[in-house]
Amino acid sequence: MRWDFTSVFANTDALLAGAAGTLRIFAICLVLGLGLGLVVGLGRYARTKWLYLPATAFVEFFRNTPVLVQILWFYFALPILMPFEISPLAAASLGISLNSAAFSAEIYRAGIQSIDMGQWDGARALGMRWDQAMRRIVLPQAIKRMLPALTNRAIEIFKMTTLASAVAYVELLQQGKLIASLNYNPIEAYTAVAVIFLVFLWPLVQFTYVLERRLRRDE
Amino acid sequence: MAYQWDFTPVLANAPLLAQGLLNTLKVTGTSLVFGLALGLALALLRLSPRRAFAWPAGLVIEVFRTTPPLVQLFWFFFALPLLVGIEMTAFMAAVVTFSIQSAAFFAEVFRGGIVSIERGQWDGARAIGMNHAQALRRIVLPQAVKRMIPAFMERAIELMKTTTLVATISYADLLFAANEIAQKTFRPLETFTVAALIYFVVIFAFSLVAQQLERRLGVSGESTVH
Amino acid sequence: MSLLRVTGLTKRFGANEVLRGIDLEVRQGERIAILGASGSGKSSLLRCLNFMELPSAGSIALDGEVLGRERRPGERVYRESELTQVRQRIGMVFQQFNLFPHMTAVGNVMEGLRTVRRMPREAARLRAETELKRVGLGDKADAYPAHLSGGQKQRVAIARALAMDPEMLLFDEPTSALDPGLVGEVLGVIRDLAEEGRTMLLVTHELGFAYHVATRVIFLADGTIHESGTPDEVLKNPQKERTRAFLASHKQYSL
Repeated sequence: MRWDFTSVFANTDALLAGAAGTLRIFAICLVLGLGLGLVVGLGRYARTKWLYLPATAFVEFFRNTPVLVQILWFYFALPILMPFEISPLAAASLGISLNSAAFSAEIYRAGIQSIDMGQWDGARALGMRWDQAMRRIVLPQAIKRMLPALTNRAIEIFKMTTLASAVAYVELLQQGKLIASLNYNPIEAYTAVAVIFLVFLWPLVQFTYVLERRLRRDE
Repeated sequence: MAYQWDFTPVLANAPLLAQGLLNTLKVTGTSLVFGLALGLALALLRLSPRRAFAWPAGLVIEVFRTTPPLVQLFWFFFALPLLVGIEMTAFMAAVVTFSIQSAAFFAEVFRGGIVSIERGQWDGARAIGMNHAQALRRIVLPQAVKRMIPAFMERAIELMKTTTLVATISYADLLFAANEIAQKTFRPLETFTVAALIYFVVIFAFSLVAQQLERRLGVSGESTVH
Repeated sequence: MSLLRVTGLTKRFGANEVLRGIDLEVRQGERIAILGASGSGKSSLLRCLNFMELPSAGSIALDGEVLGRERRPGERVYRESELTQVRQRIGMVFQQFNLFPHMTAVGNVMEGLRTVRRMPREAARLRAETELKRVGLGDKADAYPAHLSGGQKQRVAIARALAMDPEMLLFDEPTSALDPGLVGEVLGVIRDLAEEGRTMLLVTHELGFAYHVATRVIFLADGTIHESGTPDEVLKNPQKERTRAFLASHKQYSL
């Protein structure tokens, strides 16, 4: 069986467009997902039930529904209720971001909870308000512990960008499908896409191992 | 202008949805079984002192954890049949993909569990004349598995969510059925909302069962009495 | 009759030579107490005798049969199948007990008989219960290790070793991890075994016990046998300065 990657190389600009699309949606979902996740995570940590219950409902719902279902809902179902169009990018970004927010919320919550109560005592004894204590004392320490899990989340988000191909958003897999259908070379096309993802993600995955080892050593 | 919700077309297609759910469970269950077995094998290979075993196993694990599942699915459905000349149904491609993919994650859970068993247990087993395989089978694995159950449950639930990807290769799972019904009835809002809710109820129920199981196992026999 | 003969036993961990050429002969019925400071190599010595650690150089012969194969002059290789056989004939009791927490006391004692000797379950259970009774824990057969005291756990560990009918027993600081109040029950069991005439090597800090139970005492320092003799000789009348210093610093365990 002769592998022929020439057709793949001939379509480099298509793949580059795909890579750009992947990176764009990755950046959007990373910022939205981890950002919203912090807010929801703080809500999960709160003691008042007006914050805690909605946050919990959010987390439980978006952690227990498949992302693809959410993406399709945003793409096909939401426009019925809205007076405007929902683009593939918007639908995919919403689905992936909300899902990531739910998962990262739990990472934030666990990280904050793992900080010894004594730190809060020390901060409040100096006269700090709750938000000052959180911002200056607790979060900085918690972030260090959360780094491996958050990096893992980022890697998951990167992999999830391929789901956007289900609504024909131009990212790497979508371009792979295009090349495969035009040149009848699914083997080379999809292998190329897989290799590109490996190239992007392998260093990041190795980096998380280093982070995890460093964390275990420091603890 | 308020939208008029109408769930009757969706309910009229309930049998289709039910069949879809059944197919989802079929793929998940089959992949889970194969994934666990393959995961244990990969873990033991990865732990082997012989590099000829450990290296390839490590490579498989890393590749399948670092590439997106959807890419893997497309590769196994579209590329592999051409490469080895065998026919692949969507179900087969799905099971192969998700078995190996979940095995890669299970392997790390197994490995972590086995490694976490303190050396003294290996010592105690070897001191009464057990060989490596006996020590693993009778002493180390039984203790390791108990510790790994939460992680396993988490992975199994992830698998249930990942299998929705089969809809993209036209396998008639719940999501695919929902899509078909939405197009047929021109009621995407109701259809997809119902589908999302069904997924939520099923997966949430499983995660509650998992929590119960963990709690129950935490109490039996292993309580640390000092 | 020589049960165990150790010749030129050397053990290296990387660049660290922990045992430097140990010669030792153990005859049937002997009870040898091994003393030494931490780092002197006493645990390593014991662990080499049942091949939990492999010797870097030197040889060990059990019942006259030298174990392992000489691949190159001075370098022996050992097959795992041969070693598992040896470990059935030499029992070991650990400082940390190393009981299997997922099995009951009787389950622990039966485990070797069932899995290694392939004894049928009923026969193994009967034998296990006998051993547990022998160490005074007949009524705790179905208890899990988590519900046993340290002294009870160690006695179960001894029963587990005895169930394999070993020709020799190795005790690696069996009471060092126990609360002082629980030490006596374990020493009592070991004394009973000594009175039965069992061959044993005992690494311990309990000097008084060693004096009364041992037939020979060995003092290990820097990986070699610094002094060796009867309990009266080594413990009451040590010849070497280091032995005297060691005994002086261990007054709290004294005779």
